[in-house]
Amino acid sequence: MTQQQTAGPPAAGHADPAEEFLDRQTPLSRIRNILHRYPALSPAIVLLVAVVVFGLLNERFLRVENLSLITQQVSVVGTLAIAQTLIILTAGIDLSVGAVMILASMVVAQLAVGSGAPAPLALLLGLVVGLAAGALNGFLVTRFRLPPFIVTLGTLNIFIALTLLYSGGSTVRGSSMPGLLTWMGSTFPVGPVRISTGVVMMLLLYIAVAFILGKTAWGRHVYAVGDDKEAARLAGIPVNRVLMSVYLAAGAVLAIGAWIQIGRTNAASPNAGVDLNLDSITAVVIGGTSLFGGRGSIWGSLLGALIVGVFRNGLSLAGLDVLYQTLAVGVLIIVAVSIDQWIRKVKS
Amino acid sequence: MTATEFQPAKTEVRQPILQARNLVKTFGRVVGLDGVSLDLYPGEVLAIIGDNGAGKSTLIKCLTGAEIPDSGELKVSGQPVHFKRPQDARVHGIETVYQNLAVSPALDVASNLFLGREERLPGPLGKIFRVLDTKGMRRKAKEELTRLGISTLQDVTVPVENLSGGQRQAVAVARAAAFGSKVVVLDEPTAALGVRESNQVLQLVRDLRDRGLPVILISHNMPHVFDVADRIHIQRLGKCAATITPQSHSMTDAVAIMTGAATA
Repeated sequence: MTQQQTAGPPAAGHADPAEEFLDRQTPLSRIRNILHRYPALSPAIVLLVAVVVFGLLNERFLRVENLSLITQQVSVVGTLAIAQTLIILTAGIDLSVGAVMILASMVVAQLAVGSGAPAPLALLLGLVVGLAAGALNGFLVTRFRLPPFIVTLGTLNIFIALTLLYSGGSTVRGSSMPGLLTWMGSTFPVGPVRISTGVVMMLLLYIAVAFILGKTAWGRHVYAVGDDKEAARLAGIPVNRVLMSVYLAAGAVLAIGAWIQIGRTNAASPNAGVDLNLDSITAVVIGGTSLFGGRGSIWGSLLGALIVGVFRNGLSLAGLDVLYQTLAVGVLIIVAVSIDQWIRKVKS
Repeated sequence: MTATEFQPAKTEVRQPILQARNLVKTFGRVVGLDGVSLDLYPGEVLAIIGDNGAGKSTLIKCLTGAEIPDSGELKVSGQPVHFKRPQDARVHGIETVYQNLAVSPALDVASNLFLGREERLPGPLGKIFRVLDTKGMRRKAKEELTRLGISTLQDVTVPVENLSGGQRQAVAVARAAAFGSKVVVLDEPTAALGVRESNQVLQLVRDLRDRGLPVILISHNMPHVFDVADRIHIQRLGKCAATITPQSHSMTDAVAIMTGAATA
C-alpha cells in the first residue's frame, strides 16, 4: 500500500499524478480545511472583529457595564440556542423552542403566584412542562416519522395557544413572585463587572452540554445520527431512542430557559418571546452548526448568540435605527450559511 | 495471487461456520428465495453472484438478520440460530458491510470503528459521568488495524470524510472484521471505487481470509469475484444454480450459469 505522500493530514496518498493535481492544496483550501475541522473558529473570528469594530465606532461599547449588559441580553437566546443546537445536530430543527419556554414560564409563574405553590415545586412543574413538550415533539418525529420542521411548526401554534388559554393573556409581574423565581435576574459583582445569575446558569449549561456532547457515547451518537441516520442505525445505534432523548434534553434546557427568562424580564408574559424561536436558530446557524446535521459545536452557538447580541447593541450604540439591526442579522445568517456550504465542499 | 491453495475437498470434513438450509422467503406472491442452502467454511472467501432479482440481496439479508426467512434453518458453528434483527446476527459474530457504507463521515476513524460499542473510562469518571475512553479507543483501533493488516489508515484521528473512497471502505471493512467477529459479509464493496482502490479492497479481503476470517462477497464484478473468491455461489431465479470454483469454471461459464444458458 502506498504511504501518505501529499503534505497535510487530510490529504490522502495518491500515486496518480492527475489525482494529485486535482487535490492540490491552495491556501484557500487549507483555510477551508481548518474551518472544517474547527466549526467554532469562524464565529469566533467574526465576534472578535465585531467587538473591535464596534469598540472603535463608539468608546461606550467596550465599557464593562455595556459588556455586562450584552451578556444579560444574550442569556435567554443563548440558553434556547443550546436546545436548538442539540436538535439541529440531529439534522432536525425546532421552531417551537420559544413557545415551549414561554409556556413553561407561564406555568411556573401562575402556579407560584395564582395557586400559591411553593417556588421549588413551581419550578419543578415547569421542568415537567418542558419535558412533556419535548416528549411530544420527539414522539411525533420518531413514531410518526414526520419532518421536525412540520412537527414543530404544528406544536409551535399549539404551545402558543395553550399559553394564552392557560394564562388568560395576562402577565405575571416579577414583584409578586417569590424571590427564587426571579433569582436568575439578580446580579453580583465580579471585579468591576456585574454578572447576572442567569448568565452563570447559561454558562453552566453550556459547559455541561459541551462535556456530554464531546465526552460521552450519547454525544457521539447524536452527531452520528445527524450525520447519516441510516449509517448510525446500521452501526447498531438506537436512532429513535437517541432522537427522543435529544428532544427531552432540549425540553429540560428550555424549562431552565424559562427560569432565566422570568429573571431577565422580571415578569412572565404570554406575549413575550415571539422572536425567540427564530433567534435561537439564528444563533446556532451563525455559530457554524450545519442545518444538515452532524457538524457543529455547542460553543459556536454561544458565539453565535453573542454575535447577534453584539451586533444589536453595537449598531444601536452607533445610533442606527433598530431596523438596521434586523437587516444586519439577516445578512449575517446568509453569510454564515454560505460559509457553511463552502466549508462542506471540502474534499481531500 | 495465492488463492489457489484452497482445497474444496478438504472442507467436507471441516465444520462450516455458517450454514443455511432450504431458506425460503416470499414477498407476497413474489418468491425471493426458493429453498437455498449455503455453507461457509473457516478461512474462505465465498462469492455470491447472480443477475438482478436472482435473490442475492434476499439471501444476504436472511443471513444477516435484515430479513426473516419464511422457512429453512440457519446454523452458526453448528448451533441453530434465529435472527430477528441485524443486531442478533452481530451478537453471533456476523458483521455486514453494506453497499451504502455505514460510516459516519464527520466522525474520525477510531470513533467510527467503535461506533455503537463505545468504551468508557474505568473508575468513577466512566461509571458515573460516563466519560469515553477516547485515548484507549484510539490505541485499540490502531492495534486492531495493524492486526487486520490495514495499512491504508495511518492516522485514526482523521475524520472519515477526509478519506478516499478506498480508505472509507477500509474503515467499514475494519469495523466489520474487528473485535472478534466470525464472518464478514461484504455487499458490493468495489461498486463505487476506481481500479486502484478496488485492488486495495480486494487485497484487504485476501488479508482477512489469510487471517482465518471467512468472507462472503456479493459482487457484480466478475473479474473481482474470480480474483479473490475460493468458491462461487451462483443464484438464479431464487435458487442456487451452482457452486463453482474459479479453477473449475471460467468467467464465461459462470455468466452462462447465471443467465440459464448452461448448467454446472
